[in-house]
Amino acid sequence: MLNFILRRLGTFIPTFIGVSIVSFLFIRLLPGDPILLMAGERGMTDARYAELMTQFGFDQPLLSQYWDYLKGILQGDLGTSFKTKRPVWDEFFALFPATLELSLCAIIFAVVLGLPAGIIAAVKRGKWPDQALMSTALVGYSMPIFWWALLLIILFSGMLGWTPVSGRISLMYFFPTDTGFMLIDSLRSGQDGAFASAVQHLILPTIVLGTIPLAVIARQTRSAMLEVLSEDYVRTARAKGLGSMRVNGLHALRNALIPVITVIGLSVGTLMAGAILTETIFSWPGIGKWMVEGINSRDYTAVQGGLLMIAVIVMVVNLVVDILYGLINPKIRK
Amino acid sequence: MTVSDNSQAVPNSTAEAQSGAMARPGRFREFWSYFSENTGAVVGLVIFLAFILIAAFADVLAPHSPTEQFRQALLQPPVWQEGGTSEFLLGTDAIGRDLLSRLIHGARYSFFIGIIVVVIAAGSGVFIGLVAGFARGWVDTLIMRLMDILLAFPSLLLALVMVAILGPSLINAMIAIAIVLQPHYVRLTRAAVLQELPKDYVTSARVVGASRLRLMFVTVLPNCLAPIIVQAALSFSTAILDAAALGFLGLGAQPPTPEWGTMLADSREFVLRAWWVVTFPGLAILINVLAINLMGDGLRDALDPKLKRS
Repeated sequence: MLNFILRRLGTFIPTFIGVSIVSFLFIRLLPGDPILLMAGERGMTDARYAELMTQFGFDQPLLSQYWDYLKGILQGDLGTSFKTKRPVWDEFFALFPATLELSLCAIIFAVVLGLPAGIIAAVKRGKWPDQALMSTALVGYSMPIFWWALLLIILFSGMLGWTPVSGRISLMYFFPTDTGFMLIDSLRSGQDGAFASAVQHLILPTIVLGTIPLAVIARQTRSAMLEVLSEDYVRTARAKGLGSMRVNGLHALRNALIPVITVIGLSVGTLMAGAILTETIFSWPGIGKWMVEGINSRDYTAVQGGLLMIAVIVMVVNLVVDILYGLINPKIRK
Repeated sequence: MTVSDNSQAVPNSTAEAQSGAMARPGRFREFWSYFSENTGAVVGLVIFLAFILIAAFADVLAPHSPTEQFRQALLQPPVWQEGGTSEFLLGTDAIGRDLLSRLIHGARYSFFIGIIVVVIAAGSGVFIGLVAGFARGWVDTLIMRLMDILLAFPSLLLALVMVAILGPSLINAMIAIAIVLQPHYVRLTRAAVLQELPKDYVTSARVVGASRLRLMFVTVLPNCLAPIIVQAALSFSTAILDAAALGFLGLGAQPPTPEWGTMLADSREFVLRAWWVVTFPGLAILINVLAINLMGDGLRDALDPKLKRS
């Protein structure tokens, strides 16, 4: 097992270095002078230009620039945001809880609905519940989620007036955000209605971000269940006269869950990509919206830092999932 | 489509010998019999063909020009709603352009995007995958590590950043999406090549003296095509979705191009006032992507030998 973990780490480190090179090259690959690009149309004095060149290290040779960049990353230094003049690292982690909260809600939504849907579809294979559920899942899987978000806004915010259109909480409430998780902070504030407002703001973004993972989990659960249901031990359990609830729920589901858990772990990338669209539409102050704004306002150090951090988060989660998978399933360790 | 040639799992010489003894149905007939078992796949194919026809004959079908502005009819609702007229069946947008005509012309962009992206991604990906599979050693390791790096980034994010480098336009969006999708082809092709290489027909071709290029493209590649075709269908729909997403974020096709995602971006501010300008472009994307995914499922059933019921 240790061997397996070491081997997995052995591929992690070169990939990490590669990812850091990609994010390093990002600013250098921009056509034109990065400093002038960031300055925009206003331009700047020659003295200021020289100062910035030194500050960002663009006057150094490329290799030593990269070396400084890599050293910086490992010490938690992602440079300074060109727009806000604050460290990119601090900006990222100030906004990250918002994205994490939304992503966690989305994945819980997807699992709570997707698992039962997949199980029912597998048990009722070929019958109408299977067909109805799997058709719905395929629609969800094909959904342009930015449009889905607009439709939900038309229905729930426009016609029914049930949910707010944007933000994380109503402007009526003001309290310290210590954890960065609005659900927890609003509860701790003890203000009447604050928690309810936070929940209301979360509903639509959660549905939008959770839709594609939901469809993937439902499809994956169904096919994993079907595979397990045809195994000998399931037939044996049936032959022993165990009830179908016990066979499906205990014997089959437990084994079908292994690939499903992997899929859940691997959907971090999907969630991050989805967060870009979802957060932009709902003005959710998280990493996705921050990245899009960074690109639009030419805050390239921020985009660079975000690009690296998101890739590293995805890689770490994948690594953990892989190792857990190796723990559960010895066959994979070879 | 050249689908019919691909299920060929035996080299030519033995195939001829076999077909003499026991006539197999034509390759296409065999493929079609599996494919048509899946009703959804056939429905998807029909819708897909309909979209192709719409795209091809957009100039004839569209009642108006996609960019002509009718100043007397701004944000006019569809024909069945009060205030709608039969001149603009699906209504007009904020500057009085006919929505139906724009949607019909948008079908062209959709296919253009799908085809170009798949051709670039699959073409380069299959080639790199073949090289990795045949070369082995450090070339293989290097290629696969590079692909791991590309796959570490969420696809839409990487495409977004690449467009930021290249500048926002439809062409750049397509290049970015193709680069992001290409590693999947590399992995798939390499895995298929490694599976085929130890087989007898490859050895015999080698013994007979086939050159390396011939081995790669003539002997091995045709037998690796099944999973690649399935992947091509899937990435066709991903390309359409991602290009629309980039357009929606203002980083893909630029207005006044009637690309569906860009149309959605234009209409965002009218979301609570004029439901039709928001609903129809998205519906077009959904139906198009859904049809392709339905077809993709059918292709997988028909072509993937692991799932094929013998």
